Amino acid sequence: MDHEKGNVTHRLQAVNPLVPVPRGPVPVIPPASPRRKVRVTVDGREISVPEGTTLLDATRAAGIDTPTLCYLESLTPVNVCRICVVEVEGSRTLVPACSRKAEDGMVVKTDSERVRLSRRLILEFLASSVDVSTSPQVRAYMDRYEVHPERFGPSQAPSDGRDQARAGVHITSDGSQAAAVAQPVKADNELYLRDYGKCILCYKCVEACGPDAQNTFAIAVAGRGFDARISTEYAVPLPDSACVYCGNCIGVCPTGALMFVSEHDLRKAGTWDESRQTSTETICPYCGVGCTLTLHIQDEKIVKVDSPIENGVTHGNLCVKGRFGWQFVQVREKTQSGGDAS
Amino acid sequence: MEDTDLIILWGSNARETHPIFFHHLLKGVRKGAKLFVVDPRRTSSARWADVWLGLDVGSDIALANAVGREIIAAGLENRRFIERATTGFDEYRKAVQPYSLEYAEKITGVPAEVIRQLAHSYARADRAQLCWTLGITEHHNAVDNVFALINLALLTGHVGRYGSGLNPLRGQNNVQGGGDMGAIPDRLPGFQHVENDELRAKFEQAWDVKIPPKRGWHLSGMFNAMEEGKLRGLYVIGENPVNSEADQGRCERNLKGLEFLLVQDILLSATAQLAHVVLPAAAGWCESEGTVTSSERRVQRVRKAMDPPEGAWDDMAILCNLANRLGHNWGCPSAEEVWNEVRRLSPMNAGMSYSRLESLGGIQWPCYDETHPGELFLHGRLWEDPVVGPPAKFSAVEFEPPVDRLDDNFPLRLTTGRRLESFNTGVQTSRYRSPLRHPEMLDLSPEDGERYGLAEGERVIVSSRRGSAVAPVRFDESLRPGLAFLSVHFPDEVATNVLTIDATDPISGTAEFKATAIRVEKIASPAKV
Repeated sequence: MDHEKGNVTHRLQAVNPLVPVPRGPVPVIPPASPRRKVRVTVDGREISVPEGTTLLDATRAAGIDTPTLCYLESLTPVNVCRICVVEVEGSRTLVPACSRKAEDGMVVKTDSERVRLSRRLILEFLASSVDVSTSPQVRAYMDRYEVHPERFGPSQAPSDGRDQARAGVHITSDGSQAAAVAQPVKADNELYLRDYGKCILCYKCVEACGPDAQNTFAIAVAGRGFDARISTEYAVPLPDSACVYCGNCIGVCPTGALMFVSEHDLRKAGTWDESRQTSTETICPYCGVGCTLTLHIQDEKIVKVDSPIENGVTHGNLCVKGRFGWQFVQVREKTQSGGDAS
Repeated sequence: MEDTDLIILWGSNARETHPIFFHHLLKGVRKGAKLFVVDPRRTSSARWADVWLGLDVGSDIALANAVGREIIAAGLENRRFIERATTGFDEYRKAVQPYSLEYAEKITGVPAEVIRQLAHSYARADRAQLCWTLGITEHHNAVDNVFALINLALLTGHVGRYGSGLNPLRGQNNVQGGGDMGAIPDRLPGFQHVENDELRAKFEQAWDVKIPPKRGWHLSGMFNAMEEGKLRGLYVIGENPVNSEADQGRCERNLKGLEFLLVQDILLSATAQLAHVVLPAAAGWCESEGTVTSSERRVQRVRKAMDPPEGAWDDMAILCNLANRLGHNWGCPSAEEVWNEVRRLSPMNAGMSYSRLESLGGIQWPCYDETHPGELFLHGRLWEDPVVGPPAKFSAVEFEPPVDRLDDNFPLRLTTGRRLESFNTGVQTSRYRSPLRHPEMLDLSPEDGERYGLAEGERVIVSSRRGSAVAPVRFDESLRPGLAFLSVHFPDEVATNVLTIDATDPISGTAEFKATAIRVEKIASPAKV
């Protein structure tokens, strides 16, 4: 800090509240220090990216659609789904593109037979053990990689014992059925449901509830191996947990395991119809932060609310009021006292 | 907020009242920023703090002045910034002289060493953010409270630079926009002063009307005028003063005494039920087009996602229709046409065309023309050489305790605020079923609960000098002995504002919701065995 007496280089003008303050300079964000470029070869094409770029971003920069399930721009990569693996020349194993950084001279193959086989296996294991019916993303990847989960046999019947599974105690199936995570839907509050029969354990909800956004830490992964599952502390119902119902877990869930009650009810009734839905971006009616809401409307009713992940204010996150506090516009009677406005 | 070294949250429980802002704050904290929280309650925000300063309600100026005095005494003030860009420093230095750390400890209850720590950390930080909310502004000396904080930023130069600034967090999605558009007594759109002849003339010419050359009343002034019979008709748009104003009894008396009360709202609020005429309105955020301005001055589009219920009209359509029937020719303009008129008359909004708002996802004012990107922060002009425009002024302010004094009859300090899942008088939030919600309860410290021999859930009579309410009690460890808390979310359960005082700040007109003197009495218990 400079304590030296400075020269007063301006003539002090009196502060007059009636006169607007003159226009000043446009403030700028200090630029980040420039990053050195590295050259990588992706599927035979050489590209140049800034140092520190992930292989995922490098492949995307090369116009390649590398599949991801557990990766999201707003979350820290956890490397659990392995669907984004690519082959790097000289590397013994396939590497997860979402977190491996591009290095100068790297030669990367994104669509080799080894990569395709690995992705196909992952998707077969997932689709044979998890209900992926409400995950358009997984289903699209299944088509792309010619996945046939049915070869593992019919799925096991739902079990309500998964929350009690203990590490190290796992009963393997006899092979006649595909092991499955099917279990009853957890409906313990009036805002959202948890259908862990649809959960692929991507960890996104845990991260959004935890250090990457909400910092509430109401859920974590409990158990090990095939018995691993998302759980509140001691598997208590949500109202007894630390949950604050921000729904940021729903916002990042790629499979529909976490779902608004409003969406779930419509699906159950067979009336959920995305072709009849509109989505409109507006601003939350509550506090002054100015969160962008995307209102999903079907038949003049709000059926779901989320926020664009690329929005600089929300990064896709909302609070309980923004995500769920919209009933008041739908409870109004057709005509109110006082007559109409004309 | 994410690129700073120190954050002070003063009189704000942003964790619950501005949850998404708090995400950004926590990113800053996770990148190494220190967090100081100044709040009488050890709130969920304070639980994230490196240091919590649990001051007594209404002692903010004593604390801020002591911080200022300590910074000067330690020679940590930013002398070059003070000399180049400010005025009134000498007066300020003299004014804070009596506020020694020990004196401030006596008034605020915050240990002298902790005040010293705040002063030194703030002054030594390269970049520091000072944020506040209603804990600062809902006092009879609200404006002085704000001055006391601004003084600290001027003293240290923590203003007008990336990562350093003053951040009042606005509590409603368009309370900033209301001010931007001149919904305050002394300004026309774009904060252009109504008492400036040149500015007023510009609007008179554009609108072809005579504009009263003097400022009007603010809300509290209007209620005074109603009491004196000077204000006899009232048009209320989207506001529920019956439940939101301090001293509810007085507020209702005044509204009932009006010759004509017109309420325009989306729901039949308690205020609408008193009205002679109610105009049902469309919900501004999802049933009509327009813009709102956020806390960070970002003008953003709200869009119509669905039709309003039959008979409810867009606010703008109601206003224009009314004007047309009163003999003016306002036509029925679209939201964009009205906005373009704003752009013509308000220089700070001039560059914000709908297409730019669309493509940029909102623009932070000022935005003077269509090549201007908007401004991420204000007051950078104070760092120009030479300084652009008038210098920033220190405002010497003195500590004054809350108006509603504590005494033997009213020994407890009641403060009010929001809870996470609810909003204001509950007109909107009472309609969704939050699992977080519990019946409204008077929060007391466990120590006071024991002192008064109360059991959790027991209903008690809460009285202030203005009225009484019945509420069940709940023990809350975030409260210190002597402090109680209520929200205003459930006026039908606990009429909190029957208790509050309408002592208001003479400039802002804000009432002292944060400081009510109360007593708690057991409801006559059954005969003892």
